Amino acid sequence: MNLRQDLMAPEILTALRLSLVCSLAATAIAIVLGLPLAWVQARVTFPGQRVLRALTTLPIVLPPVVAGVVFGRRGLVGMWLDRWFGIRLPFTTAGAALAEAFVAMPFFVLTMEGALRSVDRRLEEAARTLGASRWKVFRHVTLPLVRPSLQAGAVLAWARALGEFGATITFAGNVPGSTQTLPLAVYLALETNPDTAFVLSLVLLAVSLAVLIGLRRRWLAW
Amino acid sequence: MSLHAAIGIRFDRLALDARFSATNHEVVALLGPSGAGKTTILRALAGLAPLTAGRIVLDGTVFEDAATNEWVPPERRNLGVVFQDALLFPHLSVLDNVAAGLRFTGTSRVIARVRAREWLERIGIGELADAKPGVLSGGQAQRVALARALATQPRILLLDEPLSALDVTTRADVRRELRRHLNAFTGIRLLVTHDPIDALALADRLIVLEHGHIVQSGSSLDVTATPRSRYVADFVGVNWLRGTARGAAVMLAGGGTLIVPDLVPGEVFVVIHPRAVSVHRQKPEGSPRNVLPGVVVSADDEGSRVRVRLALPFPLVAEVTRASAAELELDRGGDVWVTVKATEIATYAA
Repeated sequence: MNLRQDLMAPEILTALRLSLVCSLAATAIAIVLGLPLAWVQARVTFPGQRVLRALTTLPIVLPPVVAGVVFGRRGLVGMWLDRWFGIRLPFTTAGAALAEAFVAMPFFVLTMEGALRSVDRRLEEAARTLGASRWKVFRHVTLPLVRPSLQAGAVLAWARALGEFGATITFAGNVPGSTQTLPLAVYLALETNPDTAFVLSLVLLAVSLAVLIGLRRRWLAW
Repeated sequence: MSLHAAIGIRFDRLALDARFSATNHEVVALLGPSGAGKTTILRALAGLAPLTAGRIVLDGTVFEDAATNEWVPPERRNLGVVFQDALLFPHLSVLDNVAAGLRFTGTSRVIARVRAREWLERIGIGELADAKPGVLSGGQAQRVALARALATQPRILLLDEPLSALDVTTRADVRRELRRHLNAFTGIRLLVTHDPIDALALADRLIVLEHGHIVQSGSSLDVTATPRSRYVADFVGVNWLRGTARGAAVMLAGGGTLIVPDLVPGEVFVVIHPRAVSVHRQKPEGSPRNVLPGVVVSADDEGSRVRVRLALPFPLVAEVTRASAAELELDRGGDVWVTVKATEIATYAA
């Protein structure tokens, strides 16, 4: 089997497309949920803040497989979701995206929390005196000031989501076309066709390397 | 237009309690040493520091009232604030910085930029419109900050140490321009500074603040002629003593007596210009009615004159020429006789 055939195999293309869709969706989820979370942690003090911070960083420490099991259909949280609301995220593409988001979000949140802390608050106050509401200050002053970190954090989260394996396979399963992302396909191919696994690994390696190089250039440019 | 403020704030070790008013017919300077609470007052007026007591009212509109919890957020107070470090938005061009206030309050981008450009021309840096604030000099940044604050046509202009970050040469230029813009501005003008020179050059009325309290308030002339705090006396450069007037004499709080004409009985402040104090090695004869024995504590050469610190036992500073300082050998210290003409002693009720 040659390299071109390997790359063009339909199940591989499907896995690659799914990987991109899931990782981008996971990044979007991480941004939408993570930005308010980072803001709250950087700017507000409230009881239970330590617990919240621990929970936010937990996915970095926790083996992804464990996370997948806990939130899975037969897991602690997944069981109640299924029983009470009839929500069965596991074994769907949405489930795969969610599993990736869970693992990737801390990278975005931690990056943004640091960035939001380092913003000169007096600039925000200056904007308030110039007639900007809190929201306008955030939109037109804070956000532009943290934009480099936002981009870096999003790329980090995306890269983490792209390579996600453990949580995806335990939470979302290994269903070709709906939850079988590239890393899962690599794992599967390893048992049946080591050559394909090797090619797929190269693809993933290339993508990861390209992202890191791009990120570095952005940091240097800033 | 008038602003009435009663500002009570507890803040770390500072207990701020200051009441004052300002109208649009005057430039008011809040003057005081650092840590006196000047900037906190300005922040309270801007809505950036909440009051724990008191209220702020502009023309009958309550900005803030600690008793009723009324509070108008900063963006609806219609203010212009010039901050100490200019605080220009680093991600915006100079032009967009000046246009920012108009943009925040709903003016279209095109119109906001046209007006911002007019402001930049007015402050004489039109050619820097497209530059980022990072490349500006301190003086330029402060000019842009002023334009940015004025562009929204606020009703109140607040300036927080607008000149303190500038070097001496730039400072004089910017001060002169600032005076011009302050005169042209028709709203309430309030300046915070720890520098008496800025305060005297820019303001019509001074409010002197120390340890969170107003110690004196009045026209520049009144405040400098009749200091009511050590801080003011020091920047005016006069001897400032406190005592009790009885007959034609003032019993000083630190011990000693001064003969003064035209006394009003009671607690008084005594002001003596250092040049009105003469120093002698021999007890002088003749007219001065205050002849007191004392000791030279130190003699500091200050160019053309020598500043002599004396203990009589109350502290007094004399300014003598270099020639007489040399003749009297003041740098070796020792006992001296000090004379002060009664007519050169100013007293006023404490």
